[in-house]
Amino acid sequence: MSLTSFSPSWSDTTAMAAAARFLLRTAGSKASITNVNSCVHSKLGLTPLRVSPSCIPHAKTQKRHAAHFTFQPDPVSTKYGPMQKMNLFQSVTSALDNTLASDPTAVIFGEDVAFGGVFRCTVGLRDKYGKDRVFNTPLCEQGIVGFGIGLAVAGATAIAEIQFADYIFPAFDQIVNEAAKYRYRSGNLFDCGNLTIRAPWGCVGHGSLYHSQSPEAFFAHCPGIKVVIPRGPVQAKGLLLSCIADKNPCIFFEPKILYRAAVDQVPVEPYQIPLSQAEVLQEGSDVTLVAWGTQVHVIREVAAMAQEKLGVSCEVVDLQTILPWDTETVCKSVVKTGRLLISHEAPVTGGFAAEISSTVQEECFLNLEAPIARVCGRRTSWTSEFSISPPIRLNLILSQYMLTTEIARRLFRMH
Amino acid sequence: MQSIYFNKITKGVRLVKRTDLKIKMAAIGGLRRLCKISFNAVCQNNRLKASRLCQYRAFRVNGILHQQPFDSPTEKPQFPGASADFVDHLEFIQPNVISGIPVYRVMDRQGQIINPSEDPQIPKEEVLNFYQKMTLLNTMDRILYESQRQGRISFYMTNYGEEGTHIGSAAALDPNDLVFGQYREAGVLMYRGFPLDLFMAQCYANADDLGKGRQMPVHYGSRDLNFVTISSPLATQIPQAAGAAYAMKRENSNRAVICYFGEGAASEGDAHAGFNFAATLECPIIFFCRNNGYAISTPTNEQYRGDGIAARGPGYGMLSIRVDGNDVFAVYNATKEARRRAIAENQPFLIEAMTYRIGHHSTSDDSSAYRSVDEVNYWDKQDHPISRLRHYMTARGWWGEDEERAWRKQSRKLVMEAFEKAERRLKPRPELLFSDVYQEMPTSLEKQKESLWRHLQQYKEHYPLDLYDK
Repeated sequence: MSLTSFSPSWSDTTAMAAAARFLLRTAGSKASITNVNSCVHSKLGLTPLRVSPSCIPHAKTQKRHAAHFTFQPDPVSTKYGPMQKMNLFQSVTSALDNTLASDPTAVIFGEDVAFGGVFRCTVGLRDKYGKDRVFNTPLCEQGIVGFGIGLAVAGATAIAEIQFADYIFPAFDQIVNEAAKYRYRSGNLFDCGNLTIRAPWGCVGHGSLYHSQSPEAFFAHCPGIKVVIPRGPVQAKGLLLSCIADKNPCIFFEPKILYRAAVDQVPVEPYQIPLSQAEVLQEGSDVTLVAWGTQVHVIREVAAMAQEKLGVSCEVVDLQTILPWDTETVCKSVVKTGRLLISHEAPVTGGFAAEISSTVQEECFLNLEAPIARVCGRRTSWTSEFSISPPIRLNLILSQYMLTTEIARRLFRMH
Repeated sequence: MQSIYFNKITKGVRLVKRTDLKIKMAAIGGLRRLCKISFNAVCQNNRLKASRLCQYRAFRVNGILHQQPFDSPTEKPQFPGASADFVDHLEFIQPNVISGIPVYRVMDRQGQIINPSEDPQIPKEEVLNFYQKMTLLNTMDRILYESQRQGRISFYMTNYGEEGTHIGSAAALDPNDLVFGQYREAGVLMYRGFPLDLFMAQCYANADDLGKGRQMPVHYGSRDLNFVTISSPLATQIPQAAGAAYAMKRENSNRAVICYFGEGAASEGDAHAGFNFAATLECPIIFFCRNNGYAISTPTNEQYRGDGIAARGPGYGMLSIRVDGNDVFAVYNATKEARRRAIAENQPFLIEAMTYRIGHHSTSDDSSAYRSVDEVNYWDKQDHPISRLRHYMTARGWWGEDEERAWRKQSRKLVMEAFEKAERRLKPRPELLFSDVYQEMPTSLEKQKESLWRHLQQYKEHYPLDLYDK
């Protein structure tokens, strides 16, 4: 393996400083990336990662709301019939449309869903299917989930929307003590498997504390529910339809930054993507990178950067279902590569990366070449972003640079 | 994207304003109106007004009807959140505007019908059935309570004193109506025909328990009898019941939902959620509050400041009534009428049944620490639903000492037989620990199951495996 481009004295803190400096300097300026790089280089006397524009094509034109990653559309497959260009919220609408059309018991409800929802996921559905099937509820999350459980217990297909994942906590009791345990505690006499809870999730750039959270780990501790997070429009539709069809209560978190930013060719007809199956997006031999939702796109770029700068071949895995998760695919990959990096937006302590890390350590200890690295949100109330001053975009400390340097430092001891 | 957040914020501001507004509007114009609502809510004779029956409303949107046209020439408030008149003097509504909600009853304490037109005219056989179910429940309670005291079962909750609320409401329902209970409604299930064997199997968590031995005693459930399995968290069943009622409305199946809870549970946020959802989404549901005076040790005067639970109904736009829960016929009449109208008009009803919890909260509680023996004795001796019904039956010559003696003996025998059978029965198969977590068994759980199994095989001498079903 060639590691010639890597500096031996490159440390964690200087990497962060360099990355931040790099961003500050590029923001609003048209300075070419190579120039900035050489500037950092000269100041620090180091040979940092030389970033070529091909790795981060968006960085050149930093804008206030520019994402910290580039969405990569899925390869077009005509397996499920005619396709249509859809962004993520449209693919969600399409899945809901399919469900309402085929299942007369299905109802969709939540705060502001009747007029189309604050993220436009239910646009047109009330007019098409009637106000008894797509309706507003009072502003009360525990009521929304409780009501959904009751609908499901009575045999209806209940699709509840919580307006932001940050606001799901009033419903925590209904989800954890009720929905998750309904089948078990009744000895399978009653269940609420027809319940699906949708909620916009994750950082978005200007959401600050209460419009940015990634609460999947809270629910991952709770047997009886499924937790699913798609990375783009194709997965959103297929996985959402699987959640709706699944006979267990499911929480479906939708990366809100992707609602408009992510565009795929999506099948118009209904189709399902199996739950509890991770997807290997890119095969590699040296490191396994695991993420879900938005962060999948970051690790895809990291894989490209690590290949170019470190000569490290990365295997990229999108976990897709957080609970019950696909240990087999992840462990199989780690057995092959011997190294694992997990990245999520939520704070690192008690985050789902800890669970993956622990399981992999138990299952693949003798295959590991280096300690497992978790590159996740800081231990603050923030998720991963620093959004008081959006142009600074310090959320990029979970950036491609950070992840790549972590690969070098922690997984390959390159210092 | 930004506009969406902005939208959320302005909405918040709007909501604050609306709340403010509501208070003012109510203060300046609503006094008479509220009194009227209160009066309507409790006035039984107005229930059948023909005009009400014309209000069959499937899926109408409430708010739209309440709003006035914007071009209204009259000097009326146009605020979307309320419709009332302006006034020019400052006055707060008194908190006791809705107070002294009367208690509807059919029988007096001696079991005599007060107003013959309110007599439900239940045939003798059915009245005897009421009595036998109430007393059988009482007998089962005594035996299971004692068995907990002897260490045979882990826990128990008696229903003493509340038998009238259980049987009166259960009898007024259709067997297809779905029941969401709290935990002290064993009489409802008994009325529906849940056999003593299954009550005992649940309390003993044996291999016959429909719940597969997974819950504490008294967490009964029956799919066949449309009684949703009890869960320990309080009030969580209330919004669920509203959702189930909504599904029934959409099915057009002539079914209703009844949801039981105590006055303590009514303090939970979920109670508010359930009431508000049922009212705004027009669900055919009966909210049945058993106001038995205590939430474990907390008396009602430390639970709420208003006039009980029935007083909350008007605030949600919901029809409400307070009944004497120790009068089985009053409970029957109120529930029957509420059920009929809930289905016919697609709207929720709130029944507050006043009663008294004669037993301790549970076997983990000793109520002498917070209430006097005299108080308990009053309810046990002077105002008990079972003795009231017995007075009624005795007055008609339907029941005498001989019948009472024979029935006591027989009911005790029935309970003891079921009890002994349950005690002898094996415990559920250990692998049932792992099923029903999900509909299917995930690989990780399958692994844990195998691992436990291997352990039990290897060290079986350390585990009482012979007590478990194979």
